[in-house]
Amino acid sequence: MRRAFLIAVPYIWLLLLFLVPFLIVLKISLSDVALARPPYMPQLDLSTGWDGIKAFFSELDFENFVFLTTDSLYWKSYLSSVKIAGLSTLITLCVGYPLAYGMARAPDEWRPTLLMLVILPFWTSFLIRVYSWMGILSTEGVLNSFLLWTGIIDEPLMIMNTPRAVYVGIVYTYLPFMVLPIYSALEKMDESLIEAAEDLGCSKLAAFWLVTWPLSKNGIIAGCFLVFIPALGEFVIPSLLGGSETLMIGKVLWEEFFNNRDWPVASAVAVILLLILIIPIVLFQRNEQKAREAEGQ
Amino acid sequence: MAQTVFAPWTDTDQKPLIEFRNVTKSFGDFTAIDNLSLKIYEREFFALLGPSGCGKTTMMRMLAGFESVTSGSILLGGQDISDVPPNKRPVNMMFQSYALFPHLSVWDNIAFGLRRESRDKAFVEERVEEMLRLTRLSKFARRKPHQISGGQRQRVALARSLAKAPKLLLLDEPLGALDRKLREETQFELMDIQEKTGTTFVIVTHDQEEAMTVASRIAVMDEGRLVQVDTPDVIYEAPNSVYVADFIGDVNLIEGKARVRPDEPAPAPAPEAPAVDETPAPAPQPAEPATPVVTDARLPAPNARGEWLYQKVFARLLGHRESAPRQLPPPSPEELAAAHKAPPPPPPPAPVAPAEPAIKPGGIFIDWAEGQPPIIAANGDPDTDGKPVTLSIRPEKVTIDLDKPQRPNVLPGKVIDIAYLGNISTYHVELRSGLMIKAQMVNARRLSNRHITWEDEVWIGFTETAGVVLEE
Repeated sequence: MRRAFLIAVPYIWLLLLFLVPFLIVLKISLSDVALARPPYMPQLDLSTGWDGIKAFFSELDFENFVFLTTDSLYWKSYLSSVKIAGLSTLITLCVGYPLAYGMARAPDEWRPTLLMLVILPFWTSFLIRVYSWMGILSTEGVLNSFLLWTGIIDEPLMIMNTPRAVYVGIVYTYLPFMVLPIYSALEKMDESLIEAAEDLGCSKLAAFWLVTWPLSKNGIIAGCFLVFIPALGEFVIPSLLGGSETLMIGKVLWEEFFNNRDWPVASAVAVILLLILIIPIVLFQRNEQKAREAEGQ
Repeated sequence: MAQTVFAPWTDTDQKPLIEFRNVTKSFGDFTAIDNLSLKIYEREFFALLGPSGCGKTTMMRMLAGFESVTSGSILLGGQDISDVPPNKRPVNMMFQSYALFPHLSVWDNIAFGLRRESRDKAFVEERVEEMLRLTRLSKFARRKPHQISGGQRQRVALARSLAKAPKLLLLDEPLGALDRKLREETQFELMDIQEKTGTTFVIVTHDQEEAMTVASRIAVMDEGRLVQVDTPDVIYEAPNSVYVADFIGDVNLIEGKARVRPDEPAPAPAPEAPAVDETPAPAPQPAEPATPVVTDARLPAPNARGEWLYQKVFARLLGHRESAPRQLPPPSPEELAAAHKAPPPPPPPAPVAPAEPAIKPGGIFIDWAEGQPPIIAANGDPDTDGKPVTLSIRPEKVTIDLDKPQRPNVLPGKVIDIAYLGNISTYHVELRSGLMIKAQMVNARRLSNRHITWEDEVWIGFTETAGVVLEE
């Protein structure tokens, strides 16, 4: 009884805070836009009884999803988002892995400080940090002034309002999410494993590829998911740092919702986004499951 | 037992496999290894033994190549390997944590080193299978390290480090993680494998029992220095210092001052008879029936007083007594029949007067406490005369009796504690001087028959050569 209750708690949590909102969004995505409050049709009217429910369901259709395929803006935005999220995940990994590796190999008494430094940016509002990047990257910003002063460049770099600024923003913002899981994977690793690999004839580089890298795989995968998923739907960074040519689905969604007040289309965009994210996760988990079964036999 | 004794260290022509030449290793201000020289020979099972922090692990890591040498050099087969990186040394190591690669199967773990040599596949397969057979792991080849037991993991680690057929195998506390029973089994397995493969093993351990069991030679270390390098029996029976005596096994240490002892067989130690001696030794009996049917070789041994008596009186008539134990011929059937039927004939005059045991002359007396008889140490060096010495004596060489026994060294005391270990019992006896002495007895009888108990007034005794006299 107690056990059942304990298990039920997370399930109820998921049901209330994930599944119910998702069903509402799904329902809106199947509705039609209307000049009303809320701005979509149909509304479920239970007072008319069974007929009312039947009428309600008969009015739901996939019109909005069909609409998404007709306008190239949407699929271009999806593709561009996947590209930006994917590339920034890769960059974050390239920056984050050495960082995490260095932290895990640092002397014991330094580690808490280093860990603290990684987490420290979270103490400031995310928005303020993105705004400060505007100050750094803009044409008259800190970075350009510095580079002009040193004489490395003759004219200011155009970073602000380009996709490059979006990459900088995403990599900066999500770096801790990459560093922390990799660090925890590396920190757990017994250092004598590397010595054992060297003892058995590996060079330092070979020992890294054959032992350290495979053993940090779980941290890398977790870090990539933690960066890729929020980056895909990112809205604040592209709208503040990116220019008008930076297409990201999060921005499209925002515009549909607030500027066009087209909740059903915005919901359809959100549902597709969720599907894009769910597919790789499911595939990955199936793969893991298979690997575990192969091991268990 | 026609086997020749394996002792390459006694042969000066033998080239050592490993040689440490004046090796010093410092970590900052701390000197881990202090100007140390050592030779280890091929096919040896060499143990580095010492408490934690004595430098034994540093020595091993220098052999493997994980630590550099601050000064001096390490030679392997005559070649200086001080600057050779670990992956280029014909040395493999079995790690204390085993360091098995968790993402690889048992098979792949063992094949890891072979694959780095880019040997052909068939060779790798054959060698891995051989190692699996040697360590009896064939059934578990496809499992991951976390799917097998601790003992099996230990064998995987051993197989992996042996797979490349190294000239030298280093074992860093290889059995530390196993429980006692498994550890004992594995020790014999390890010796077996060492013999089969003919590899030189160097084992690091803090467990002296383990070192004694497996090693051909043991190096006892303390603070970066070698205190004694010898075979286990020498280390145990003839430690060269109080440190070694105390580190290896259980020991009683009696401090005192040496006084030279005459070379002539002394008369009965009557003048030194303890002041506390309430029960004077029984006067020598003239004769004892020596029935010829007795086949027991353990004849009553003469004590010191008897020996003296014999020398003075009987020796002229009967000639000198041979000291070798007498071997009586087995009884003939007639004798046996006679012994069974007839009452024993009147005892003929004994050819040997039962006497007190002969105490070897020479050596030293050790004055160890006021008002106590000195301890006789016939194996002590007379040159220590007048110097403070420590007598180290193993508990199993100390007897404990309720009645005063006839032994060269007899001390009265009281049983304070009894540690019952099943096969043996250790008695903690407090002497009159307050010194605690441990005496060990084999529990040949059941516990309920044990006759000595707490608070009993007892006598502990030991022979004149049982202890080792150590100078500070």
